[in-house]
Amino acid sequence: MIPLARKLVVYVITAWVAITVNFLLPRLMPGNPIQTMIGKLQGRVTPAMQQAIQLQFGVGLHQSLWDQYVSYWSQLFHGNLGQSITLSSPVSTVLGGTLPWTIGLLGVSTVISFVLGTLLGIALGWRRGSWLDGLLPLSTFFQAVPYFFLGTVLLLVFGSDLHWFPVLGNYQRGLTPGWSWAFISSVIRYAELPVITIVLSSIAGWMLGMRNMMVTTMDEDFVLVARAKGLPTRKVVTYAARSAILPSVANFSLAIGLVVSGALLVELVFNYPGVGNLLLQAVLNQDYPLLQGIFLVITLTVLAANLIADFVYVALDPRVRQEA
Amino acid sequence: MSVHVDDLAPLPAGQLTPVAPVKGKVGRAIRLPRSPKVIAGLVIIAIFAILTLIGPWVAPFSPNDNSFAQNLHPSAAHWLGTSNLGADIFSQLLNGARATMVVGFIAGLVATVLSVIIGITAGYLGGGADEGLSLAANVFLAIPGLPLLIVLDSYLPASGRSNTLLIGVIIAITGWAWGARVLRAQTMSVKRRDFVEAARIVGESRIRIMFFEVLPNLVAIVASSFLFTMLYSIGTYIALAYLGVTSTSVWNWGTMLYWAQSSNAPLTGAWWWFVPPGLCIALVGMGLALLNFGVDEFINPRLRAAGLSKKGMRKAGLPRNPKLGLTPVVRNRPRPATAAATAAGPAKVAR
Repeated sequence: MIPLARKLVVYVITAWVAITVNFLLPRLMPGNPIQTMIGKLQGRVTPAMQQAIQLQFGVGLHQSLWDQYVSYWSQLFHGNLGQSITLSSPVSTVLGGTLPWTIGLLGVSTVISFVLGTLLGIALGWRRGSWLDGLLPLSTFFQAVPYFFLGTVLLLVFGSDLHWFPVLGNYQRGLTPGWSWAFISSVIRYAELPVITIVLSSIAGWMLGMRNMMVTTMDEDFVLVARAKGLPTRKVVTYAARSAILPSVANFSLAIGLVVSGALLVELVFNYPGVGNLLLQAVLNQDYPLLQGIFLVITLTVLAANLIADFVYVALDPRVRQEA
Repeated sequence: MSVHVDDLAPLPAGQLTPVAPVKGKVGRAIRLPRSPKVIAGLVIIAIFAILTLIGPWVAPFSPNDNSFAQNLHPSAAHWLGTSNLGADIFSQLLNGARATMVVGFIAGLVATVLSVIIGITAGYLGGGADEGLSLAANVFLAIPGLPLLIVLDSYLPASGRSNTLLIGVIIAITGWAWGARVLRAQTMSVKRRDFVEAARIVGESRIRIMFFEVLPNLVAIVASSFLFTMLYSIGTYIALAYLGVTSTSVWNWGTMLYWAQSSNAPLTGAWWWFVPPGLCIALVGMGLALLNFGVDEFINPRLRAAGLSKKGMRKAGLPRNPKLGLTPVVRNRPRPATAAATAAGPAKVAR
């Protein structure tokens, strides 16, 4: 699997770049933001924590940059992302509690949006010039609206005014988390509106990409042959769609970055206790250790999603398998 | 396998005309705006461009003037009411256009220049340079842009956060990779053409071939990449401002949403505060996306016919039900037919 190995190299280097950016930024930025932050902390945190922060950002240790870099890596390998200043607990613990919510929300909405968008794109490309084309300008509008703005409007109309959906939070207060049906159904109920928001905002991209590829693919000779053989329409469409879908999967890495960024902001609107909300806390309080931890974890999650998309691509495209 | 609808003048069958020569810039410029989508896009963008220029002058009040009554509903004096601090929201909207559009434009421009240089260099040189540059592009594609920008911007000193120029350039850092990848692929296909070979044999320098021979053939893709990047940049800038990462004292539509959200405007039903900036963002985004449709249809003529309605197709003289294996290509003005169509005889005959 040579193409996969190449991708893997890219992802490893990406992870390295993200970690190194994390290491270098606070040390090289003008205006010494870390010094300012530590100055503000004086007397507000325990001495042990102050020491932990100094260790993480290499302040007052009189170490060379390289030594700091090495110790930064060894901290990372021990799963130590530093101490959150505002929440006074390790960043890894904080993230462990919030990441599942974000991944659940994002995973579900991405799958729905990809599947639905691709199917609609196939229909649009196949039956061009039909009433379905009316979807195009509409989808452009949803694509152009910022995620968080759409979320705000939906929250207001369907949550606060019409009471169709519960608002704010991730499950009904008072329920104990567990594998009970009451809890799970409540989680689903509270996730509905955020998922709808993310799907509405992200579906247009998949749909348009698929439609354009379908329009082009339907001109290929093999589609004509399939039709000439008298195969049922459903089968012909499947033939065309199978090769038209490849660019969509290949462009997954481009799309997922945008979707993740948008979804983080949707969490803010719905007060969903995921990574996006944590990110806002970190920004407002200038909690740099938390901020860096979040950036790193988001990057690694996106890379993992890309890797899955690459495996799917290999499964779908026999040409890639043959090259290996 | 394409029908040239407007090539109604019967061409002598069998006489093969060479592939249509590349038309001059004027021809391209005139042909683009004919589709209604492109006209709509151009009108929207033109209106907002004018607003960018004159917005702060035509605004009735200063956006920071908090001397009015607080939380007013829309009225003749205050078209969009006032904020919880007593500032005129309509004036904020007009003032906000400038920073939003300027950052989007700068970021789009810088990112496009970067992607042109990197994409064409990688595609044309190939080998080690290509490997390195493609790797860089792939790394930047894989890193999620917004979280990186949040980390970058939150380390900026206060003066940096209110500097729209700087913010624009920083956004461009995360926005160039996509364009570079597309341009690299196109460069690789263009560089094998005869005229590039000819230029090489004549002894033109590499730089000259890359930017004077190859680049003019990629203009449509560069334009599409610019529009896409500007769309991305505006969205990203708004998101950063909404989060409060950029200076909250610079008026843009994201800052307006930030203040509206932080004073609970959505929950108190003050739609006149947060809906107008959101709609403005959506309109600018739609305008850019519509223009991009036009460019896409310019690059890929098959999409042009695909966008027509039933009525439009009848008007263009196309068959009612599109047949398989036959994509009508709509051409707006007579032009030399391509070899395939000419070989098939006069118009309306496929295969």
